[in-house]
Amino acid sequence: MRMDKFMRLLLISTASISILIVALIFLFLGKEAFPFALEPGLGKLFDSRWVPVSFQEERYGIYPLVAGSSLVTLLAMLISIPLSIIGAIYISEVAQSIEREILKPFIEILASIPSVVLGFFGLVVLAPLVKNIFGLSSGLNALTAALLLALMALPTIITISEDALASVPQSFKQASLALGASELQTIFKVTVPAALPGIIAAIMLGIGRVIGETMAVLMVSGNSAIISFYPLDSIRTMTATIAAEMGEVPFGSHHYQALFWIGIVLLFATFVLNILSRLVLKKYGMAQ
Amino acid sequence: MNVHLTQKISYHLLRVITYAIVISVGYILFDIIRHGLPVISWDFLTGFPRRSGSEGGILPAILGTIYLTLVTIAVALPLGVGCAIYLSEYAEQNRFSELVRLAIITLAGVPSIVYGLFGLGLFVIFCRFGASILAGSLTLACMVLPIIIVASEEALRAVPRGFREASLALGATKWQTIRTNVLPYSISGMITGSILAIGRAAGETAPILLTVAAFFLPKLPGSIFDQVMALPYHLYILATQHPETEKVLPLQYGTALVLLLLVLGMNIGAVIVRIHFRKKYKW
Repeated sequence: MRMDKFMRLLLISTASISILIVALIFLFLGKEAFPFALEPGLGKLFDSRWVPVSFQEERYGIYPLVAGSSLVTLLAMLISIPLSIIGAIYISEVAQSIEREILKPFIEILASIPSVVLGFFGLVVLAPLVKNIFGLSSGLNALTAALLLALMALPTIITISEDALASVPQSFKQASLALGASELQTIFKVTVPAALPGIIAAIMLGIGRVIGETMAVLMVSGNSAIISFYPLDSIRTMTATIAAEMGEVPFGSHHYQALFWIGIVLLFATFVLNILSRLVLKKYGMAQ
Repeated sequence: MNVHLTQKISYHLLRVITYAIVISVGYILFDIIRHGLPVISWDFLTGFPRRSGSEGGILPAILGTIYLTLVTIAVALPLGVGCAIYLSEYAEQNRFSELVRLAIITLAGVPSIVYGLFGLGLFVIFCRFGASILAGSLTLACMVLPIIIVASEEALRAVPRGFREASLALGATKWQTIRTNVLPYSISGMITGSILAIGRAAGETAPILLTVAAFFLPKLPGSIFDQVMALPYHLYILATQHPETEKVLPLQYGTALVLLLLVLGMNIGAVIVRIHFRKKYKW
């Protein structure tokens, strides 16, 4: 019995470690970032120029980086959402069962390709393609990054939407068919609307994945910290800024602290998206 | 228009788009295999890089990745499995278990570069491990923890209630029951989870960027407090930071293929383990 009590305690403490890690993530991001709030002050972050290394005045405005992340995320979602919903509908409602068994794992392969490999593919194949199609001097821009990100969001959105579609009760579809609706009408007027909360949650998780993606965007977005909403401009995202600059900043400098603030913004953005989507899935009984 | 015709056309459209996605995935794999395969040779896999990576092999990067993933799993597996046993066997519906679940969901969603910042702040600086295998592996371990927990918990829950009840009815204690009647039948989930975690840890670049990776190290690490080269970071450097990126393109393809095979191999391995055990235990 003593062994039993011991194991119970041990297991409870291992379970607490996941809570501890989350707390430590918030704590240590905050710890490294905090001094910036005292000197030079948080107001410095709300600025339209990111010039962290300068002979005159350093500027730590995160607007261009937020704009960069927003632009690629928006573009990626415009490409990814229709494609993945169509893919999910086809796999769940139209495909034969053997076809489904082949298609699903194939699309999941995409989720396991390391982002640096996709970034490399983007760099050597996709960027030259974009460059030639639009007659640009460089193919490293928001559009190329968005195409890669769209590809990375596909498996997330397809898998979760497919689960949502599959969890729509058979009786809904049968009722619709019995009333004389065609299969196609049933899919778009009954099944998809019934699965909509799950599809929305899938999209939110996809957005979370895209905002947090680092290596692929770092390699193909061109990395100019400018505010632009033109897809063929080179842009710089929050994630790429941290990855590119953290290696060279002096420890404890304002620049270093500003990069941790960017990390905090990212952490909160993905945290909120993640929690919201899980709440939706849970509320509608579509949790995996 | 005829309803049947509309339906037929629509289905075709859906099929074309779905297969377009599949073909683009296939093309990525095809392109990397086609250009990468000719580069891979015994010398490439077992040689040291020369002239700061412009020539030679990638042995230190391969070994570095292996060391990192092994230490990562050594840390994450016991914690993940312990947490999964707690959630599946002990947890009641209370605040604590809800908080644990919330924490796992949160960990699964934290962007990899934020893990990098966290590892830098906690392990590299605060714990004074410096940029080292230890700091990098601990960072990766935090990242893969949810993968192991989810896979293990699923396997534990798949063991029928009757197994536990029979053992408890015979007078075994709760832990004896778990150890002898539950764990042996859920090993598959733990193996699956660990393999998936290794695949993820091996492929990630952003967390190790700030906590361990070295661009060019002509020697192998002596202890877990040393820096190492790693495959994903090596690919990133060759593709973007190298002075002659065009010239080393074959080496980039070779590195990408080795990394891809390693990660996909892990994922396929996980699927095989899952199928094997599913066949072995049927209840």
